[in-house]
Amino acid sequence: MSEASITMDAPFERSLLDTAPAPLVGTSVSRVDGPFKVTGQARYAAEHGSGDLAYGMLVRAPVGSGRIDRLDTAAAEAMPGVLAVITDARLIRNGGDFAGAAAPPHGSRDVVYFGQPIALVVADSFERARAAASAVRLSYERKPGVFDLAEVLDSAEPPTNDIFGLFLIHTEQGDVAGALKQAAVVVDEVWTTPSQSHAPMEPHATVAQWDGRRLTLHGSYQSPVTTRDQLATLLGLETAQVRVLAPFVGGGFGSKLGLMPEAAAAAIAAQRLGRPVKVALPRQHVFEMTGRRPATHQRLRLGADADGKLTTIAHETITDQLEGEMFFEPAGIATHLLYAAPNRLVDHKVARVNKLLGVSMRAPGEGVGQLSLECAMDELAEKLDLDPVELRLRNEPEVHPETGQAFSSRSLAECLRVGAERFGWTARNRAPGRCRDGEWLIGHGMAASARGNLFGPAKVRVRIDADGLAAVETEMTDIGTGTYTILSQIVADLLGVALDRVEVRLGDTDAPTSAGSGGSWGATTAGSAVYAACEKLRVMLAEAAGVTSGNAVFADGMIVAGEVRRPLSELVGNGMVVDGATAPGTSNAHFSQSSYGAHFCEMRVNAVTGEMRVARWNSVFAAGRILNTKTATSQAIGGIVFGIGGALTEELVHDVRTGKVVNRDLGEYHVPVHADIPDIDVLYLEERDRLANPLLAKGIGELGVCGSGAAVANAIYNATGVRVRDFPITLDKLFPGITP
Amino acid sequence: MIAFDYLRAADRDQALSAAQSRDGARFIAGGTNLLDLMKLQVEAPRRLVDIGALDLRQIERTDEGGLRIGALVSNADLAAHPLVRARYPVLSRAILAGASAQLRNKATTAGNLLQRTRCYFFYDPAVPCNKRTPGSGCSAIGGFNRIMAVLGTSEQCIASHPSDMAVAMRVLDARVETVLPSGERRALSLDELYRLPGDTPQIETHLQPGELITAVLLPSPPTGRQTYRKVRDRASYAFALVSVAGIVSMEQDRISGAALAFGGVGTMPWRDRAAEDLLVGQQPSRALFDQAADTVLAAAIGHGENDFKIPLLRRTLAAVLGKLTETVA
Repeated sequence: MSEASITMDAPFERSLLDTAPAPLVGTSVSRVDGPFKVTGQARYAAEHGSGDLAYGMLVRAPVGSGRIDRLDTAAAEAMPGVLAVITDARLIRNGGDFAGAAAPPHGSRDVVYFGQPIALVVADSFERARAAASAVRLSYERKPGVFDLAEVLDSAEPPTNDIFGLFLIHTEQGDVAGALKQAAVVVDEVWTTPSQSHAPMEPHATVAQWDGRRLTLHGSYQSPVTTRDQLATLLGLETAQVRVLAPFVGGGFGSKLGLMPEAAAAAIAAQRLGRPVKVALPRQHVFEMTGRRPATHQRLRLGADADGKLTTIAHETITDQLEGEMFFEPAGIATHLLYAAPNRLVDHKVARVNKLLGVSMRAPGEGVGQLSLECAMDELAEKLDLDPVELRLRNEPEVHPETGQAFSSRSLAECLRVGAERFGWTARNRAPGRCRDGEWLIGHGMAASARGNLFGPAKVRVRIDADGLAAVETEMTDIGTGTYTILSQIVADLLGVALDRVEVRLGDTDAPTSAGSGGSWGATTAGSAVYAACEKLRVMLAEAAGVTSGNAVFADGMIVAGEVRRPLSELVGNGMVVDGATAPGTSNAHFSQSSYGAHFCEMRVNAVTGEMRVARWNSVFAAGRILNTKTATSQAIGGIVFGIGGALTEELVHDVRTGKVVNRDLGEYHVPVHADIPDIDVLYLEERDRLANPLLAKGIGELGVCGSGAAVANAIYNATGVRVRDFPITLDKLFPGITP
Repeated sequence: MIAFDYLRAADRDQALSAAQSRDGARFIAGGTNLLDLMKLQVEAPRRLVDIGALDLRQIERTDEGGLRIGALVSNADLAAHPLVRARYPVLSRAILAGASAQLRNKATTAGNLLQRTRCYFFYDPAVPCNKRTPGSGCSAIGGFNRIMAVLGTSEQCIASHPSDMAVAMRVLDARVETVLPSGERRALSLDELYRLPGDTPQIETHLQPGELITAVLLPSPPTGRQTYRKVRDRASYAFALVSVAGIVSMEQDRISGAALAFGGVGTMPWRDRAAEDLLVGQQPSRALFDQAADTVLAAAIGHGENDFKIPLLRRTLAAVLGKLTETVA
């Protein structure tokens, strides 16, 4: 087997993707896995399992803070069909970190959040397991708990670590206090955001089976290798003893990155019973046992001179988390780089609470941090009597405003200009509350968008078999994003084969380890490893054909160079295999890499009831090369809808007496529905990022979330003259300020 | 879900006797609410008597000029029926403002009337709820209560009635036609059907054990304009925070008849005759509408997060009355 690796240590001046004679990359290609999904052939996690499958149901703690004295399982064990009630010390208290191999906390009788899994009931049917789960009796000692961030803001402390170096805890430059005193105009306000739930369409589920000393999991995971590694640590296994499969995943948004309680429980139960066990979380358990975006309390201070030049940006966030957990919501993550200002402060603190685990959720940091920053910019623009687009253009930095690093590519200004033009921004009424159509007040708002571009190590295997059929194998997942499709496109273009002559096999830890789906880096990272492998295959094929790969054209299943014209199937012998790899290098370390965009929207607000409707939307993004305009547009729309939900409806409510998740179903945890969303216009600008990766592409999966909620909030202000800084902006917070 | 037996009744007599022969039996039709509650063990019937095969799917004109709606008529069919659309538009609008198309296809007329509250705490057996477990306490009082009722509450229960359709039925003076296990028939107004929670929030209606609703009777169409306005957190698939069903007729420039019912605010579909009486004979004005709201809300009690329903109802009622009384040029 051959190997090929690309490390980003220099600009990629020439990408082979630009040499394909009839490129698919960059065009609109329908999902290659679409037919499998719409015909029911794609098997999701809970659809696995053979005839002797047993069913597990987790038992949840009915107290928010306490210690279990005794679990009485006799009644449950006596119920029909019950196979076991498992109280194994390896059942995990909460999910694992989004990366790394550390086992999540386990083995204590302490309860630290309401809904914490404390036992697993296994029965011969799901219904029997569920019935028996409610028959487990426990006695517990109740302990004092903290259930509301607002009550413990003063106790917040700096986070214990920087989460694998991804998040900056504290940065400071210049003299913030002094500059604010000197500033002509100051904004100093607090924004709050609540816990949010990822609410993926597919609930978390795992089917675990032991074959001797080898454990196989079929489940719903964004990063199978992380689940494998954390589970192996938990159970004291070698990673080679564990195989994790997740070929189809119905969304995750960050809630399926680490080992989650259902997977650990299924593995433990299957070992104990010597038969396969499925643990499929009911929707209520997804809300209360998996993860949430932490609540945030964000103070934003902006100072500017009379010309609208920012002199100061200070963004201080307090977020909440379970004791002992390292993740924090890095709400200031984009504040480091969005705008120029000499005096700067970005700070994060964590207050400890007894609530469900806080984990990364689509655009961790930016998702809620750009709500406050971009709303603060809107307030500043108003105080300056300056157009908010113009305010942003005036504060566009030449280089990264903190580090002085050059940007690998940054087209924010063009996104702002093009977006304003497409939306008709200049025609808007700047005075708030002045535009009315019957009962409906009409307003317009905008916000900028930025999301860091990440690049990680990834490996894939690409083979061409004797029939000329190409295949990609990697642990990488497709969580509904389009991975199958874009990897197929890259192979098709680089090897010159038809799309239906490429087979992509994903989500298997026995295949080369990739980066998983999270942080908007899957496409570029796994795609670059595919690129590396295909580049090597081209050289090998050219050698076999006796030509130089640089002169060769790969098209229609042939290699063509001068007079030579050979089908690949003639050149590969019994097949050619290359393991491709990528690794971040100095380009990633020495340049500031982010995707950018701008959102513009029209909101209608009912003056009687405060009901809000998104009426019109334009977003413009620049994220390097767009690999597939169709799936990329879908990603952007999905992100924007996510942002709209965060602005208007989404709040995971915790009972302030117990921390219990109050609204634990989709009937009461309100994500936007179709009727809430108008046609959303998305445009990607032409851009190539030669410092990012060989594809010259940047991440897009989370970009739509960033800033979109702020555009909504700013439009609501423009419509009504009411600023609501406590998200979500539900109608009860709005109508009292509006004259009907 | 705990074990239960299931019987599919071929006719009314079979249904009645099957329900009577075992304690804890429940009728099931669409199942859009009951099955959810059974999965969560909020409801744990020992027997389900499926009445889906009963001949109760007709919508017929009555001799009095009204409609007789079979108990099993789906919400979708009822909302789409030409006579309902033409003569009782408040009912069509209310139904279509509720649930989703899939649920409306499955849910039935009688089942809709008998659907249970969406109170968060009722839905979670791990916490106290007097409606679910009498005497255990009310978690909504002192807890997050944004969706709870402000009218008709008690110290035992503040759960709101979730139905949109029932609000329209109430404003239309609908009656339910039932058959008792003895075979005896009776008819109840919605006022007589529903009970306030009081000290027994677990008992929501005056139906007797084993009593089956067979039809809903609508009187002849009311005169005047009809409307249903629902205020909710998102544009579809959300329960009413506040809703107003209104029927108002005018003579010259004065209100000659008014019927008003309210959803989202009461422990049952709410109606206030005193507010209606106050309107009749008067010239419409904002001050008059406020007086009507004062009357409806005189006994309203907010519990914190749901305080906003009181001013929201006032504003919504005024807007509805404004529309229903405005002069068409």
